[in-house]
Amino acid sequence: MESTQATNHVSYLQHKPHKIGILNWILSTDHKRIGLLYLYSIMVFFIVAAFLGLLMRIEKFAPGETIMDAQTYNGVFTVHGIIMIFIIVIPGLAAVFGNFFLPILIGAKDVAFPKLNLFSWYIYIAGAILALISQFASGGAPDTGWTFYVPYSADSSTNVIWALTAAFILGFSSILTGLNFIVTIHRLRAPGMSWFRMPLFPWSIYATSWIQVLATPIVGITLLMVIAERTLNIGFFDPALGGDPILFQHLFWIYSHPAVYIMILPAMGVVTEIFPTFSQKPIFGYSAIALSSVAIAAVGYFVWGHHMFTTGISYWSRWFFSFLTFIVAVPSAIKVFNWISTMYGGSIDLKPPLLWAIGFIFLFMIGGLTGLVLGALATNVHVHDTTFVVAHFHYIIFGGMGFAFFAGLHYWFPKMFGKMYNIKLANISFIITFIGFNVLYFPLFIIGLQGMPRRYFDYFPEYQYGHVISTIGAFILIIGIFIMLFNFFRGARKGEIAPANPWKGVTLDWQIESPPTLLNFDEIPVITEKPYTFKKEEEA
Amino acid sequence: MEDKKHHISSFNSLLMVLIGLFIMTGISVMITEIHFSTFSVGVALLLASIKGYLVLTYFMHLKYDEPIFRIMVFLILLLFAIVIGITFIDYLLR
Amino acid sequence: MSHEFNDDVGKKMGMWIFIFTELFLFGGLFLVYAVFRANYTEGFHSAAADLDAFVGTLNTVILLASSATVAMSITAVQKGNNKLALRFIIVTVILALAFMVNKYFEWGHKFDLKLYPGSEIMEQLGKGEILFFGLYYMMTGLHALHVIIGVVLLMISYFKVKNGTVNSQKFIFLENSGLYWHLVDFIWIFLFPLMYLVT
Repeated sequence: MESTQATNHVSYLQHKPHKIGILNWILSTDHKRIGLLYLYSIMVFFIVAAFLGLLMRIEKFAPGETIMDAQTYNGVFTVHGIIMIFIIVIPGLAAVFGNFFLPILIGAKDVAFPKLNLFSWYIYIAGAILALISQFASGGAPDTGWTFYVPYSADSSTNVIWALTAAFILGFSSILTGLNFIVTIHRLRAPGMSWFRMPLFPWSIYATSWIQVLATPIVGITLLMVIAERTLNIGFFDPALGGDPILFQHLFWIYSHPAVYIMILPAMGVVTEIFPTFSQKPIFGYSAIALSSVAIAAVGYFVWGHHMFTTGISYWSRWFFSFLTFIVAVPSAIKVFNWISTMYGGSIDLKPPLLWAIGFIFLFMIGGLTGLVLGALATNVHVHDTTFVVAHFHYIIFGGMGFAFFAGLHYWFPKMFGKMYNIKLANISFIITFIGFNVLYFPLFIIGLQGMPRRYFDYFPEYQYGHVISTIGAFILIIGIFIMLFNFFRGARKGEIAPANPWKGVTLDWQIESPPTLLNFDEIPVITEKPYTFKKEEEA
Repeated sequence: MEDKKHHISSFNSLLMVLIGLFIMTGISVMITEIHFSTFSVGVALLLASIKGYLVLTYFMHLKYDEPIFRIMVFLILLLFAIVIGITFIDYLLR
Repeated sequence: MSHEFNDDVGKKMGMWIFIFTELFLFGGLFLVYAVFRANYTEGFHSAAADLDAFVGTLNTVILLASSATVAMSITAVQKGNNKLALRFIIVTVILALAFMVNKYFEWGHKFDLKLYPGSEIMEQLGKGEILFFGLYYMMTGLHALHVIIGVVLLMISYFKVKNGTVNSQKFIFLENSGLYWHLVDFIWIFLFPLMYLVT
């Protein structure tokens, strides 16, 4: 507690209480270091899963067996899905930027429960390792798809139990992180920061955390039930024993649909921070954005059935879920309009973070509008389980969440590391990634509409043109991503020293040193006005 | 602790709540003896809800804690009820 | 060096949120129960008749009483009477163990009758009965696991009260353990009629 001014001003990266370097990381309860721990783990897994995705694309370059057989392909798409969903995008933005910037943005020194925070990272790593083991243990990689649909997941002889346990454990980590953030936001806001003076990223994290806390246990118990079905002869989902496979889908999507909002809400929060800064203009419709986060979380909890339109659920049930799916599009659209209005009339500075954020809007719009095609009952039947669906959710998850993640990295990189990356190279990597992304996923919409099913390792020759274009796009995309990662690594090692406020932001994160000191603030700030209040004299 | 005085539940009030819980347990057991079939389950669940309410309010101290906890618990139970309701839109109308 | 987070309301909020996740964990099973009971009303009725309502009632009484004693131990600590609090905690733990012993004999009896998932006798029963017993084992099993976790928390509280870390000024740990214990009770309040009283 008795820290002098001098030790106070050591950046969190230089604060090293332990002699052995790695201990400073794995024993640190500093929310910033934990955020970086998540960032590094996620990056490693991202490269693995992206590589698996590339393998799938190469396999589909030509009809028939190209580089792997059907069973390997089943394993690869399952592993790709499990890693991408459970290890990367669900913790993703919330765990990295939430940990790093949530306390800073609300003027706190740390999260509410720092030890619990580190503990969640350990649980996360345990789950991730278990997921990796499931790929290599004898029995073969799980081949159920990341959705673990029964009855197949109850019968498959592959390592499904390992993967189920991994998902269960990862869910536990997610719950504890959410719990931590909710208490942090309730209890640790700086004096004067009322709910409606809170920046919008914390708002989106708040909504996300509630979903994490309230939806994840449902999938936890569901996965346990599948494990019980495989090991204990308890057949809740086995028709031979009276069970109901559709019930599994209900339970699974009660979690997994809200999980989509766990992914996208923090992404929306990040770009909401970016637009005002690079337009030098207050956010348009502050309360609308804040409340639409909560509305998305609330309504998003009740639309799970739109994944099940073709399973034979009741007519009224389909009607109800379809209707709510259209309703949930409204708050998302409110946000998009507000972002655009924020830029309107602002002094726009087209730096890499803004480029990525605009890319986010563009891709998220395509993903969202094709989502309505899927949410409408009649068209859903036509495109169900085709690559149209694959393209749709990649536009949302990668184009939305992924691009927002990269936007956030470009935005906060100078704050996190105190160094600057090469702006020109960042622009180039954005353009290559953006082009590669669209070349990769857009053809899947078209061949999906024509009837190309998802999860098939082989296809009829008439779909080949689409698959070839798509595979070329995959290579372009990978190149773009590697340029970006290279730029970050070089920036972190020998980039220029970044000033405390390179983008002229006005939120609390830009009022402190880069990189922040151990306790973020010398003195807890007192908040007297709304966030995003840009003063004229600052521009001079 | 400094901010405001913490409410302390008295032993007597806790005991009264416990007796109330016992009585309701007794009633619910007796009612099922009469075999109203579906109706008796409804009554048993209603009594269970009252018991749950007592536990939440007095044992778990919701009555005296910050209002935010009460709001949270209410919304969470409401959410669960809605989830069950929505699932039954499927199962009852199939 | 790192600041201590000393916010009892915050800690209690953390516990409540954790309780919410537990409620939804059981909530998934209650949802499964509701769906299957709607589909197999008759089977659930006849299967529930196989459960001993007396044992269930006894366990309900035990858990309710233990819930009251843990609340009383908090009152005792708040009034500064740590000794009385210790006694109440011990009574709570004893009641919890009594609950588990009861449960053990109940399950044991079912196993003697070869009523467990996958047994030949089970497989000859109707689908409703099979599902009911599956739910019975899964729900009471998961509940028993929570009883054990609750007992561990109470034991830790016991030592904290004994060495004075929990006292009339600072009792959040005991309060939170108490909250967890009430959760166990709360869930049982709903399990009991659904399992034993649907005859």
